[in-house]
Amino acid sequence: MSQKITIEPVTRIEGHAKVTIRMKDDGSVERAYLHINEFRGFEKFCEGRPYFEMPSITPRICGICPVSHHLAAAKAADDLQGSPAPRPAHLLRDLMHMGQIIQSHGMHFFELSGPDLLLGFDADPATRNVVGLVGAAPEITLKAVRLRKFGQEIIRILGGRRLHPVFAVPGGVNKALQPVERDTILAGVDEAIEAVRIGLGIMRDWAERNAEDIRKFAVFPSGYMSMVTPEDGLELYDGDIRLVDRTGSQLEKFPGGSYLDIIAEHVEPWSYLKFPYYKKMSFPEGVYRVGPLGRLNAVSHIPTPLAQEEFKTYRAINNGAPVENTLYFHYARLIETLFAIERVRELCADPDILSTDILNTRRDYRGEGVGVLEAPRGTLIHHYKADETGKLTSVNLIVATGHNNWAMSKAVDSVAKTYITGGEVKEGMLNRVEAAVRAHDPCLSCSTHAIGQMPIQIEMVAPGGEIIQTITRD
Amino acid sequence: MTAKPKFAMYWAASCGGCEIAVLNTHEKILDVDANFEVVFWPVAMDAKYKDVEAMEDGSILLTLWNGGIRNNENAEMAHLLRRKSQILVAFGSCACEGCIPGLANLSPLNEIFETAYHTVSTENPQNIHPQVSYPAPEGTLTLPTMNPVLKTLAQVVDVDYFMPGCPPESHQIAAVIDLVIQVVQGKAELPPKGSVIGCGDSTVCDECPRTRNVKAITAFKRIQDVAPLDPELCVLEQGVPCNGPATRSGCNARCPRAGAQCIGCYGPADDVIDYGARLITAFASVVDAREPAEIEAILDGIPDPTGQFYRFNLADSLLRAGKGAAMSRPNAITSGGKP
Repeated sequence: MSQKITIEPVTRIEGHAKVTIRMKDDGSVERAYLHINEFRGFEKFCEGRPYFEMPSITPRICGICPVSHHLAAAKAADDLQGSPAPRPAHLLRDLMHMGQIIQSHGMHFFELSGPDLLLGFDADPATRNVVGLVGAAPEITLKAVRLRKFGQEIIRILGGRRLHPVFAVPGGVNKALQPVERDTILAGVDEAIEAVRIGLGIMRDWAERNAEDIRKFAVFPSGYMSMVTPEDGLELYDGDIRLVDRTGSQLEKFPGGSYLDIIAEHVEPWSYLKFPYYKKMSFPEGVYRVGPLGRLNAVSHIPTPLAQEEFKTYRAINNGAPVENTLYFHYARLIETLFAIERVRELCADPDILSTDILNTRRDYRGEGVGVLEAPRGTLIHHYKADETGKLTSVNLIVATGHNNWAMSKAVDSVAKTYITGGEVKEGMLNRVEAAVRAHDPCLSCSTHAIGQMPIQIEMVAPGGEIIQTITRD
Repeated sequence: MTAKPKFAMYWAASCGGCEIAVLNTHEKILDVDANFEVVFWPVAMDAKYKDVEAMEDGSILLTLWNGGIRNNENAEMAHLLRRKSQILVAFGSCACEGCIPGLANLSPLNEIFETAYHTVSTENPQNIHPQVSYPAPEGTLTLPTMNPVLKTLAQVVDVDYFMPGCPPESHQIAAVIDLVIQVVQGKAELPPKGSVIGCGDSTVCDECPRTRNVKAITAFKRIQDVAPLDPELCVLEQGVPCNGPATRSGCNARCPRAGAQCIGCYGPADDVIDYGARLITAFASVVDAREPAEIEAILDGIPDPTGQFYRFNLADSLLRAGKGAAMSRPNAITSGGKP
C-alpha cells in the first residue's frame, strides 16, 4: 500500500529539518524531499545596525561555527571601511579559524556521524549515539573529546571565550598572542595529529567493510567549489575561489568580491533555504558542492605534508577525477582536519605571529564590502553595504550549507530510492536517509539565518496525499 | 534499582551554541549520562517527536530548552515538552529574552521575507516565497508557519527556571547539573520557581577586574578606534560603549577580560526593570557635558541605540514584550561558585 513516511526531526545534525518521502503504490519511492524548516531573518534585522558590530552580531547565526561568521564579518568590514588588516592580524585570525575547523570537524566525525560509522547504520537507535560510543570505544571517544578541546582552546586563547568570541575588529584583531599562549597551543599539536590518524584508520576500516554502501549511497556528479592558494592548493582563510566542473576542469577562478558575477540563488516554495548555482549554467545544471568533498575535488593539492600524503590516496579513489560518493565527505573531513592541525603548527612558527602590529587604523571608507572564507561546511560569503554614517543598508549572506542545499536534497532522494524499494520499511533504511543529510554535516542554524529550523522529519505520503504510515524509531 | 530520572534538551529558533556549551562541559557530560536517562536530544541522539508524544506527562524530570519561539512547530514543541517535563528551564539568551534573533521584531514578517528572497544574489523573477503548504506534483508539501514576532519561551508556556547567557558559560552549566543531581539524591533543594539560575546576582562590572576612576568622557568611540584598549582601565571610561553596568553577572566578565566591551549577553541584572533604560542612565553618568548640543554630539557616537541597548533582550523588553514578561522573574539564585 502506498504511503508517506516522515522522519521528524532528523537527528544528529546541527539544526532542524524534515524529510518527506512520497511513495508509489508498489512501495517504491516517487520522490523524497528535504525541507529546511526554520527562519530567523538576519538579513533584514541587520539593516540599521552599524557595520562594525557585525563581527559580534553574526556569530549568533550559528553556535557551531561562530568563528566563521565572526571572521567573515571582520573581513567584509575591513573591505567596507578600506582598512586591510596587517599580516600578523591575518595570521592570528587564520589561527583562530583553524581552531574552529578542528573542533567542528572533530565533533562531526566522532560525535555526530561516528555512531553510524563505528556502531553501524543498523545499530539499535537507542544506543546509536555518542553515549553508546563511549561504551563501545571509550579510548577513541576520549581522544575525540580531547581533539575538540584542542580546537576550542585555540579559540578561547585568542578570543577570550570558546563560543561567540570577541577578537576580530575591522582592520585587524584586538589582542596579540603571548609567547606562553603560543607554546600552549603548540604543545597540543602532536596529540591532535595522533587523534586524527586514529580517525583515518577507523575510516579506512569502515570503507573496506562498507564498500557496497559507499558505492551505491548517493553517488552523483556536480560542480565543486573551494577557496585556493595562488597555486590552486587548499586554502581556508583567504584567497580566490575556484569552481570546477564534474570532471574537475576549472570553470572559474575569482576573487570573493566578484561572487555576484559567478553565482546566484534560486528559490523553491517547499524549503526556507535557497539553492545557489553557477550563473552561466543556470539552475539546476549549474549546481555544485562545497565543504570537505567539494573542496578536495576543487583543489590540486594540499600544501601541508601529512595531509598531502592522505590527499593522494583520496584522489586515487576515482583515478584522479572528482570523488562523487557522498559518504566520502567523512574521509575528506578528516584529511582537512589534518591540514588544519599542520597549519596551526606553521602559523605558530611564523615570526609574525607574536607581533603587536595587529590593527590598521587608517580608513579609506568605501561603504561596501565582501568577506569570504571557507567555513568548516564550505564557502561563506558576507556582503554588506552601509551609508555614510556606517549604518547597514543591505546585508547578503550566503552560507556554507546553503551551497549544498541541492546536493543534500539530491542525496536524500537518491538514498531513499536506493534503499526503499518496496516491502517493509526498516528503521535502518530511514537512518541511511538521515545519514545522507548527516554526511554533509549541514549546519541548519547557519542555513536558517534567514528563516528556519532543522530537525529532519520523514513523511511517507500516498499518491492521494494522506500520510498512511509514519515510521518512527522505537 | 530505581530508574534514572529522564533528561531532555531541545533547540528551537537558535544557533546551536547552547548545545555546544553543554558539550563544552566535557567530562561533566558523562555525569549527565551517569545520573540521567537521556530520552530526547535531537542533536545527539535518535529519538523522534513521536517518541516524546508517547511518553507519560511529567515523566521527564529536566528539560533544557534553548531557542526562541519563531514558528508554530517551536510553539507545539514547547507545549509538548512543558507537558512531559517536571522542570522546564529556559536555557540561554534566546529562550530567556529572544537574543539577537529578537531584533527581527523590529520588522513585519512580510518585509523579512521580502528581504531574504530578494537579496542581491537571488534570482527570483517569479517572486517565489516558501509556502506553508505547497502542491507539488507528488502531493502537498508542508513547512511550519512563521509567527509574526519571535517570542521568548515564557511568553508561550509556563517556565520553571531561567538560565541566561549567550551561551551560558560551561562552568555555570556544570554547577546547575551538579545541583540537580544533588536534588535527585536528596542532598539539596531546588530554588524557588521562577528563579534565574546559573549566574550571579549583581552586574558584570562587579566581576570585572578593570579599574574605574569615575572619569568622564567627551565622546563615544568604536573599539577598533582605541584598540588595543588599556588592559587595566574600565572599558566604558575609555569611551567604548560597554554594557557591563546593566548586565547580569555570571560570565566572570569574559569579554572585558579579553580586551573587548560587554555586549550584554547575560541579560538584565537583578533589579533592572528595563535594560535599555538602566544602560542609558549608566552611560549618561560618565558623559562630561552640560549643554544640550554637546550632549547630542556625544550621543551621535551611539549610532544604533536599539542595537546597543536592546541587542539581546528586545523580545522580552518593555518595548516589545508580551505582557509583563520582564517583570515575571523573582530574585536570582546563584547556583554555582564563581571561578
